[in-house]
Amino acid sequence: MQELWPYVFIAVAGWLATDFWRWLGVLAGNRLREDSEAFYWVRSVATALVMAVTAKLVVFPTGALEASPLWMRLGAAGLGFAAFLVSGQRVAVGVGVSLVLLAAGLFAIGQWRPAPPLGRVAITKPGGSSRHWRPARPDLPFCRNAASAGCFRAGE
Amino acid sequence: MLELFCRFRPMVSDKSKTRLYWFLAGMRGLFSLPSLILMTSFVGFSAFALESGIPRSEAVFMTFIVWALPAKMILIGMMTGGASLAACFLAVTLSSVRMMPMVASIVPEMRSKGTPVWLLLLLSHFIAITAWVFASQNIHQVPRPARVAYFAGFGMTLALVNTLIVFLSYGAVSAFPPLVAGVLFFLTPVYFIASIWATARHSVVRIAFVVGIVGGPLFALIEPEFDILYVGIGGGTLAYLFDRYVVRRKRLAAAGEGKA
Repeated sequence: MQELWPYVFIAVAGWLATDFWRWLGVLAGNRLREDSEAFYWVRSVATALVMAVTAKLVVFPTGALEASPLWMRLGAAGLGFAAFLVSGQRVAVGVGVSLVLLAAGLFAIGQWRPAPPLGRVAITKPGGSSRHWRPARPDLPFCRNAASAGCFRAGE
Repeated sequence: MLELFCRFRPMVSDKSKTRLYWFLAGMRGLFSLPSLILMTSFVGFSAFALESGIPRSEAVFMTFIVWALPAKMILIGMMTGGASLAACFLAVTLSSVRMMPMVASIVPEMRSKGTPVWLLLLLSHFIAITAWVFASQNIHQVPRPARVAYFAGFGMTLALVNTLIVFLSYGAVSAFPPLVAGVLFFLTPVYFIASIWATARHSVVRIAFVVGIVGGPLFALIEPEFDILYVGIGGGTLAYLFDRYVVRRKRLAAAGEGKA
């Protein structure tokens, strides 16, 4: 049961939580008019949510990008978006320019390996959560959350 | 591609063959730009899962059963942050509200008179940003009776192939040089930024886009536990009100002046 718990967790908090809306979407299909005010509101909330998640991936990345400078990530994403707009909204141009700029920037500052995780802002309040999914290292006080690189003991 | 569609159109007499053809045509969507980007994003996702301490089996299970990439990102973020099941469920539920209008706007285009509801419920699982973008761009080129088969071919193939990609690339990505891993990680947000803006067909989406992009990181500093929910519900509502009472009113006024 203990081994199955993560799968139950993912099924409830992941699968049920997303497919529930998909099923409602099917049932609403014909009823929710695409030009109704309710539809615009739902759409607005949804877009703001997704973009908040997206922007956090750029501003507070985890893993390999964590040690890269913020201005570089913002610059690459911003200039890529500008190129996307100028090119007549070609997604491939926006994505390509962003990635090339980021790669060039990372190369220029010689960032071939992540810097040691030091002095980061505490995003998740330490001890503020009820249950830790996997134990974070107590000897690293600046771990943003347990997902941050270096917060796990080797082999976990 | 287009010549193929035209060539096969006269074969409507043989229904089973036509459906199979369109199912295969949907599968070919695997080689479209959004699909290729999504596949690369899933290589990045498997790296994210690995670095978050999510085991391979859980990452693979999650890929197929949740399917929506942002929902998985939130789920992993909350799980590793030590959030409870109820908190995770709430966060993912609220972040997945967008599924409902996405599905609801595709279903009327996809279904024909005889399409059973259970089939639509089943296929709705495969709708996420990429499949939605692909379907809204291509499904109107497909004859109506074959649209369900077309979407099934695309959606199911895309989900299965990406599940396989996560299985195969998990662990392999940690061996990538940081430069490559960083660029792969960056692919997901920059792709969302460009594709969501590009497929926005209403001004409210663009306003909410700006509100979310500014509000997300800002609220992450102010209220890290529920930032996404605040930005979504609060910011989304503000964006809606701004669009309704400022942008659309101005547009109406401008249209009125134009007429006069």
